[in-house]
Amino acid sequence: MIRQFFCTAALCAAATGALADPDPADWAAVTEEARGQTVYWNAWGGSDAVNGFIDWLGAQALAQHGVTVTHVKLSDTAEAVSRVLAEKTAGQDSGGAVDLIWINGENFAAMKEQGLLFGPWAEALPNFALTDPGANAALTADFTVPTEGLEAPWGMARLVFFHDSARLAEPPRSMAALADWAAENPGRFAYPQPPDFLSSTFLKQALIELTPDPALLSQPVTDATYDAATAPLWAYLDALHPNLWRQGRAWPQNGPRLVQLMADAEIDIGFDFNPNAAANAIAAFQLPDTVRSHVHDGGTLGNASFVAIPYNAKAKAGAMVLANLLMSPEAQARMANPEVWGLGPVLALDRLAPQDRALFDALPLGEATLDPAALGPTLPEPHPSWMDRLETDWTRRYGVAP
Amino acid sequence: MLRAAPALVLLALLGPVAAGLAGTLAPAFGVMPTLGGTTPGLEPFRALLDWPGLPRALALSLGTGLAATALALGLTLLICAGWHGTRAFALLERALSPLLSVPHAAAAFGLAFLIAPSGWIARGLAQMLGWDRPPDLLILQDPWGLSLTAGLVVKEMPFLLLMVLAALPGLRPGQSLATAQALGYGRITGWIKVILPRLYPLIRLPVYAVLAYSVSVVDVAMILGPTTPPPLGVQVLRWMNDPDLALRFQAAAGAVLLFAATLLALALWRCGELALARATRGWLTRGGRGRAERGLRAAGLALGGMSAGAVLLGLAGLAVWSLAGVWTFPSLLPDALSLRSWQRHGPGLAALLAETLLIAALAAGIATALVLACLQAEQRHHLRPTRRALWLLYLPLLVPQIAFLPGLQVLALLAGLEGSRAAVIAAHLVFVLPYAFLSLSDPWRALDPRYAAVGHALGHGPASVFWRLRLPLLLRPVLTAFAVAAAASVGQFLPTLLIGAGRVPTLTTEAVALASGGDRRVIGVTALAQTGAAFLPFALALLLPALLWRHRRGMRHG
Repeated sequence: MIRQFFCTAALCAAATGALADPDPADWAAVTEEARGQTVYWNAWGGSDAVNGFIDWLGAQALAQHGVTVTHVKLSDTAEAVSRVLAEKTAGQDSGGAVDLIWINGENFAAMKEQGLLFGPWAEALPNFALTDPGANAALTADFTVPTEGLEAPWGMARLVFFHDSARLAEPPRSMAALADWAAENPGRFAYPQPPDFLSSTFLKQALIELTPDPALLSQPVTDATYDAATAPLWAYLDALHPNLWRQGRAWPQNGPRLVQLMADAEIDIGFDFNPNAAANAIAAFQLPDTVRSHVHDGGTLGNASFVAIPYNAKAKAGAMVLANLLMSPEAQARMANPEVWGLGPVLALDRLAPQDRALFDALPLGEATLDPAALGPTLPEPHPSWMDRLETDWTRRYGVAP
Repeated sequence: MLRAAPALVLLALLGPVAAGLAGTLAPAFGVMPTLGGTTPGLEPFRALLDWPGLPRALALSLGTGLAATALALGLTLLICAGWHGTRAFALLERALSPLLSVPHAAAAFGLAFLIAPSGWIARGLAQMLGWDRPPDLLILQDPWGLSLTAGLVVKEMPFLLLMVLAALPGLRPGQSLATAQALGYGRITGWIKVILPRLYPLIRLPVYAVLAYSVSVVDVAMILGPTTPPPLGVQVLRWMNDPDLALRFQAAAGAVLLFAATLLALALWRCGELALARATRGWLTRGGRGRAERGLRAAGLALGGMSAGAVLLGLAGLAVWSLAGVWTFPSLLPDALSLRSWQRHGPGLAALLAETLLIAALAAGIATALVLACLQAEQRHHLRPTRRALWLLYLPLLVPQIAFLPGLQVLALLAGLEGSRAAVIAAHLVFVLPYAFLSLSDPWRALDPRYAAVGHALGHGPASVFWRLRLPLLLRPVLTAFAVAAAASVGQFLPTLLIGAGRVPTLTTEAVALASGGDRRVIGVTALAQTGAAFLPFALALLLPALLWRHRRGMRHG
């Protein structure tokens, strides 16, 4: 009798465990469950603009859906990944500390591969219908890894260069021109040291511009293709490095450091993965208002930022409601506003109602920000396997001083 | 109860360290089922050895660690030998607690802004020489780790000075030195010959703690150290943070190697101690009275002043940055001042101040109480810790944090403790207890036992003697120990982050996240806020005795 009771209880517990995960197809039930939940959103906390936007979004979530948002400010996304990993190691398969992670690229690929993500859920969000994955492949392929509904896109990043027009009138607009310019102006350009993600972006941009057949890059790397495809890149870097800041004997640690070096007049050209980075830095007093953006003629790399829910998250329904809110026209227009942040929206404007589209038409563009036409074409990310090989080889060649 | 205190303390310290180490050793030998590692093997170490930067990273960790410790210790001793008891020394002593309150990373940022080719000193030169671009010089992140060593020296010297000051009174240095000087010994020579041999055993463990910290340092090294390759501690953190989760095995192996490197550094240091003792044996007793002392004294004061000045000036630089509008090279000061950085981040940080201070007060309070219980047990039951027990006490300071915190995080999760304030306090306790013990044990043992004897003779029991004699007489060192522990708690980053699960934010975790954006204005605000929070307990330790003893003239300077 007693044994039977325990068995039933265990069964019930198992059944409720399985039932407990909210189903985004039943959106009314999700919003109902989300009400009153607290979502711990783990997101990089190093930017005023981003922190301000997340604060605003949290206020919206509370007002509209009764969801409390706590921004867990990270100095590195890996902190959140490590936390979920530690929880899985300790067997804590529910009630985890992380509800939503700002993630993309390699971190997503790793969590997906290790089964650390909940889902699929993203493509069932009501506002996902406002995007057009057919026209924008970056929304469902993160660094070419299929997202399969495990993460929801919310912003479009683009590689954009910036220069101080007071010191440099006409910046170089291709990798080849950049090397020539660096040879004439030694010590005035720098890129961060791999494996920083902005550094990887620079190396990939250079690879795309220099490799004989860019089409190969969308395929996984093979020993047969790698040497021929990357030989021009290594020749380029061998020639460029002696003309870099500190002759390539020291490297900026990350992207934000480039902004600081620019303000210190140590370098003349910097770059960032936010199309609005220069304007944000000017608004934060970090750069003088003579700084302008530019891109390379053949286009620059672009990709999407995503949010994902860990497999053991406590407030999955609340996290989904927040992700959906993040893709709402109102939030997207605010995020795209250069005075707020300036990240590109993920919505397809032709799928919006006229009054929602008007939100985007009304966006102001500062002098330091390029308009969509001047931004040029977006280049797709190479398959992540290229990046792994590039980083390893870079470290072998340049990352270990003799 | 009191008899159990030492055992309780050891348990509070060793349990977490042992569990943490186990959590690192397993993946280092390939066992981490979550990531598919089930069969033990040496593969992670093989991968580690294959990393081409390993020899240099290891050499950097050992070289900068040993050099920084030797320089900081040498400088501390030179200043004490040349200036202890003078007015200049009192001045330096007064600057001590602000220097101790500056977090390591903030001191490193400040120093970086001073000495960079586009930094404050260079800007002064630029004004005179008319530069509009900074020179392309490799000063920060130099491959030899010289800036890193300098950063460690300026930050560790105040700590060693505090430890020397805590240990000195028990040695009655005034009488010894007067005797030596009466015999014609120079001030420095006399100090080194009659005081140092008795002083060094008392500060040996703090010196070892400094050495272990310097070998495995991460935050200072990330700002001032080289990157091609970085010191081993930084590289282990990089692997641990790499999106490629397979590198966790290699990171764990690296952490084990870092621990081994720390032990090697300690062994080398011990050999150095013995060699130096042997080499100077003759010199000590041969009767040389010392020469050229004036130069040495001046050098000691100048270097000590420079070292303290660098930290304070760096802090001033950060203060100006926190108020800066646009500020580009080569301007000495910002084009415009603005309160915006404070307005933007001040309220958020202030909200965390209460939580930070609560955690610090509880962790430091428990630590001080435990240390007092241990010391009292020692006195009453003659449980004087053996040398080996003392080593155990300092284990949390000697084992690189990165080698055992990830394991500790898993332990906290298994215990269902992660993400609570209590868990964070418990984790802090592991790191602040040794500091409390470090700064309290010597003054406590140095108290003249005749006070207690008189108390007992007057009919007071042990408890009464403790509460009515010992504690009041030692109020100042007790409060100093509390302050050192609280300041250490305020500065904890990794333990708070890992054990707090991001749900127990403190000033320090917030500061590190905000500073990851690299804006010096934000770094200035957060660094000052952290320094302020760590300084509060020190200020309290100075103020409280003055208030309590305002009617007790004899206690005011005791």
